[in-house]
Amino acid sequence: MENPYLPYPVRIDDIVTETEDRNLKTFKFVFLNTEDEEKFAYTPGQFAELSIPGKGEIPIGIASSPTEKGFVAFTVNKVGLVSSHLHNMKNGDVMGIRGPLGNWYPWEDMEGKNVVIIGGGFAFTTLRSSIVYMVEAENRAKFKDIRVVYGARNPGMLLYRDELAAWEKRDDIEMYITVDGTDDPDWKYNVGFVPTITEQKITSADNAIAIVCGPPIMIKFTQPVLEKLGFPPERIILSLEMRMKCGIGICGRCNIGDKYVCKDGPVFSLAELKELPPEY
Amino acid sequence: MTEKIFTKDAWLETLQGLSGDYRVFIPVKDGDFHVFRLLEKGTRPDFEYQNTRLSPKGLVYPQSERMFEYSLDEKDPESNILKEDPKDYSSQAVVGIRPCDAHAFQIVKQNFDNPEYRDPWWVQHFESTTLVGLGCNEPCATCFCTAMGGGPFDEKGLDVLLYDLGETYLVKSLTDKGKDFLSKAEGGETAEEGKRKSAAELSSEAAKGMPEPRKVDPIREKTINDLFEAPFWENVAFACLNCGTCTFLCPTCWCFDIQDEVQGKQGDRIRNWDSCMFPLFTLHGSGHNPRDQKLQRVRQRFMHKLKYYVDKYDDGFQCSGCGRCVAFCPVNIDIREVLQLMSN
Repeated sequence: MENPYLPYPVRIDDIVTETEDRNLKTFKFVFLNTEDEEKFAYTPGQFAELSIPGKGEIPIGIASSPTEKGFVAFTVNKVGLVSSHLHNMKNGDVMGIRGPLGNWYPWEDMEGKNVVIIGGGFAFTTLRSSIVYMVEAENRAKFKDIRVVYGARNPGMLLYRDELAAWEKRDDIEMYITVDGTDDPDWKYNVGFVPTITEQKITSADNAIAIVCGPPIMIKFTQPVLEKLGFPPERIILSLEMRMKCGIGICGRCNIGDKYVCKDGPVFSLAELKELPPEY
Repeated sequence: MTEKIFTKDAWLETLQGLSGDYRVFIPVKDGDFHVFRLLEKGTRPDFEYQNTRLSPKGLVYPQSERMFEYSLDEKDPESNILKEDPKDYSSQAVVGIRPCDAHAFQIVKQNFDNPEYRDPWWVQHFESTTLVGLGCNEPCATCFCTAMGGGPFDEKGLDVLLYDLGETYLVKSLTDKGKDFLSKAEGGETAEEGKRKSAAELSSEAAKGMPEPRKVDPIREKTINDLFEAPFWENVAFACLNCGTCTFLCPTCWCFDIQDEVQGKQGDRIRNWDSCMFPLFTLHGSGHNPRDQKLQRVRQRFMHKLKYYVDKYDDGFQCSGCGRCVAFCPVNIDIREVLQLMSN
């Protein structure tokens, strides 16, 4: 019988420290058994359980894109037992990945539409996966305008800075990078909170879907901006976090109403969330 | 369907004779309460009992179960790779289980064996289990199985049903598993018409005075948010100590935690029963906790059993009416009253 609790063994192939506070690192994993990579076929927006024998498992959004072959990547904030241990691991170390888990951003609905991506802080991981996926040559024509608002506390806290710079230079994606504040006189992007920059830069909800991923406070203040722009709740897409264990809707802890964030989510439309208790 | 009559003494001998085919679990008196134990030489079953304090869910879903084992020894080429811990899936029979507790296995099956995922351990333990029920001649004051779609002699979820006819048991097989069990059970006589009639009488007599079946409709018709925001939760939760006794004793509470335990260079990944009554159950790594208040946790337990489950599976309530939470709650919170509040 298939065992959904058994992780695929992987090896750490590369570790990149993303932020100046050194609390966020991106880990690239390679599957020990090459056939497991195919079994781990995923879609941007999904997550997986990173499994460290002796420590436990943590649910983390997949930061790589299925268009990137040969590895999967996760950007992990150092928070608790497992993530702290992971931050001390090195290239070549063996651990496990269990997944892919959960649903994904509504890619079918997004085809033929303008896409607005709004991200804040270290919740940009599955959004990175989505951007890489969308701008890939084979996929780009499926979407109309792609606009990205991404903010962090200061320039040193932005994830994937090299890629952000590369996307800035492309003419098939509009980037609005922002920081809450900076004392860098050479900072050439925006200064201001994500909701404010969204209000200034995103001028239309016409034929558009918005994907929002960030800390609760950012989501709270971005929501009215989007509604004012004319985004109906069905076209505001959010990705939620919860304490999880099994990741497959069985262990019972990550529910909001009758939905499990791990299996029925983590991606929900605002319309769906309005039907559920505000218990997240 | 096979029906046989055993004298009570012969039945005990028959059970002992089955030990080559099954691990037989029977109710045993331990202190003031009953508990299911493996029938071994010298174990005295006590079938003159009402119910065990702890539900028999642990026989299919152990309170603690090793999921995987692994080596952390860097010299071991297989280090840090999880391997399934061997488990005992040999046939077991739970003899004397009450119909409410058998019904409870059907309820939790929706969770552990669903079209998307099958929990391999629950499923294999369950498949290796034969449930030999004992009908309840005298249901207790806290029993409300009839309200939850069951009954003191309800056959749903059972493989075999026993009727206690005083000096004898009428033993009736209900499923293929049950037929198999009874074919291995030596002795007994064919049940004649008179005995069958007394069994039927017992069954209708026992249900007298028990509550009427509760319809899910009044709760189904309300939205989750309406019930969630209902004013009565504060009163319901007021006395609750969040001790978790209700979830621990409940045959339909299925939530679990997963933990790693290491001794030297050997480790196990273990799953343990968990409880939505505890704040840690939902505590995020960031410190945020969506259910950090007692009221939220109490509401979660009742909403899960009486609303979320109802909406999700269209299979009644997530409660078999065994009454343990009613009988053992230290502050007398009564799920029957909460059901009434939610239905009004």
